[in-house]
Amino acid sequence: MANGVMTQTEHIPYLAQKGLKSWILTTDHKRIGILYLVTISFFFMIAGLTALGMRYELMTPELDFFRTATEYNVAFTLHGSLMVFFFIVPGIAASFGNFLIPLMIGARDVAFPRINLLSFWIYLIGTAILLSALAQPADTGWTFYTPYSIQTGTKVIMITLGVFVLGFSSILTGMNFIVTIHKLRAPGMTWSRLPLFIWASYATAILQLLATPVVGITLLLLIAERAFDIGFFDPAKGGDPILFQNFFWFYSHPAVYIMVIPAFGIISEIIPVFARKPIFGYKAIAYSSFAIAIISFFVWLHHMFVSGISETAAAIFSFLTMLVAIPTAIKVFNWTATLYKGSIDFHSSMLYALSFIVLFTVGGLTGVYLGALAVDVHLHDTYFIVAHMHYVMIGGTVMGFFGALHFWYQKWFGKVFNELIAKISWFLIFVGFNVTFFPQFFMGFQGMPRRYATYPEEYISYHVLSTYGSWILGLGILIMTVNLLIPLWKEGRPESSNPYGSLSLEWQVPSPPPHENFDEIPTVTDWTYAYGKK
Amino acid sequence: MSTHDHTEEHHTGLRVYTAVCLALFVLTAVTVYVAKFDFGDFNIVVAMLIASIKASIVALYFMHLKFEDKLTWIYALYPLFLLFLLIGFTMMETFTRVPVIK
Repeated sequence: MANGVMTQTEHIPYLAQKGLKSWILTTDHKRIGILYLVTISFFFMIAGLTALGMRYELMTPELDFFRTATEYNVAFTLHGSLMVFFFIVPGIAASFGNFLIPLMIGARDVAFPRINLLSFWIYLIGTAILLSALAQPADTGWTFYTPYSIQTGTKVIMITLGVFVLGFSSILTGMNFIVTIHKLRAPGMTWSRLPLFIWASYATAILQLLATPVVGITLLLLIAERAFDIGFFDPAKGGDPILFQNFFWFYSHPAVYIMVIPAFGIISEIIPVFARKPIFGYKAIAYSSFAIAIISFFVWLHHMFVSGISETAAAIFSFLTMLVAIPTAIKVFNWTATLYKGSIDFHSSMLYALSFIVLFTVGGLTGVYLGALAVDVHLHDTYFIVAHMHYVMIGGTVMGFFGALHFWYQKWFGKVFNELIAKISWFLIFVGFNVTFFPQFFMGFQGMPRRYATYPEEYISYHVLSTYGSWILGLGILIMTVNLLIPLWKEGRPESSNPYGSLSLEWQVPSPPPHENFDEIPTVTDWTYAYGKK
Repeated sequence: MSTHDHTEEHHTGLRVYTAVCLALFVLTAVTVYVAKFDFGDFNIVVAMLIASIKASIVALYFMHLKFEDKLTWIYALYPLFLLFLLIGFTMMETFTRVPVIK
């Protein structure tokens, strides 16, 4: 596919340099990717443990594990805020985006390596502010809705300030990736040859760059409201609490796609490699990422159907919401068509990709239920929402993230994990996830509201089943983590730098890649997905 | 990069910067002056119009947008479209609410 690549033996890997300074001052995109990976994984672990605590509480209808209902409120606020702002928004985009974008387009690094490091440090400052808030954390939920977020006695300012600072990291990363993809593509790497992960990262970067400032200013208004009692969101002073929701969701709905579009890109990379077929509908998949990025700005009011908003606006936004289903369905159908008559290898990363298609489809279709006005009135703020959101976020983004970890593990770290254990952990994660969240659709449909520490007896069987599922899910993730960590301390390198026979540029360099990726910039001569033509 | 240097050399000299700076001072004075008049509901429109002109000339000359390529223009104008969406739909939602307590 390309010239100018290197053999396995003639380079010094980017991981060769040791010492703290080589990490905290690095401008190598691959190392910065690792820094993000480690940090987001840490927050994923903390947020996951919080979720296990919440599920343990819900084993019985009474309050027993947490001492007060406020403690439970703090737990779900912490779980949601950490998962959303500290794990899943920066998640794939910052970790895999950093590692893969320059390698995939044939560049030595991102366009602005120092700004890239600055993004990471700003992210760390944001996390430090958030951690300092944990002494007396907020109990508002991750959405910080007014008027409660203005009235509560818990410390809302610190946690929102942490999220505000994180936004700058997201904006700088988005800007860096846009410029990198425009300016640093190797000769011959035309737009119609770009890997679909790059198209997805580009669409994500647009959202990061253009939507994040809105949530930044919204949170700043909230901070000003709490600190100076100005009245933006207080009706007694001429303000409007729903204004906060409008501003918040104007960012936070596109943010859903900041979380999931990179996972779409990952699935588009894994499926053709393990189906040994060219990706079906390349342009449709590429353009649908942009369609999603554009439409995502037109749907935010569907989060507010029962907030007392205008019925006219609700009807318009219910219709607009349905439009998102079109480009997402285009992707799902094209992945399925790629699998058709393929020579499928059920590698662990492929199992995650296939899980993604199934689970994301469930998440997406239940989203159509919620987009329908009348149905949403019944289901809003119930466990149906919790199940839908987790099918999209875990079934979608996290499955994509785990799939990517297994697919690019050898390339990133130059080590090999145990494939059998990887498959066992995938099985536990897949089963555990469904046992946890599928019953929540039913209890939500029957009226169990979200965000309650206690509940009527009639829901106990669903809750117990869901909690058992969370233990299976937790066990699966623990086994997967151990399986991926152990090889890092063992000697040895993979036998091949391209074990899956991928045609993408990152697989044409050694594992792990050298400091500046390529000894000379490659010239791309063929499509990334020309499987079966070689 | 060479294109950028070229445009900078030819289009943005001290004279242009000085003229823009003076225009900004004049428009600031206009903002203060018109504040003495009551245009009713149009007070905010007048203030935003002057502010928008000021922001535009800063973007065009100080930030060199006037000499940039189409792609940069798209990235400069698309957020304005999003701002229009945010304000437009939020206002539409607010003004079409039916009061619960009549």
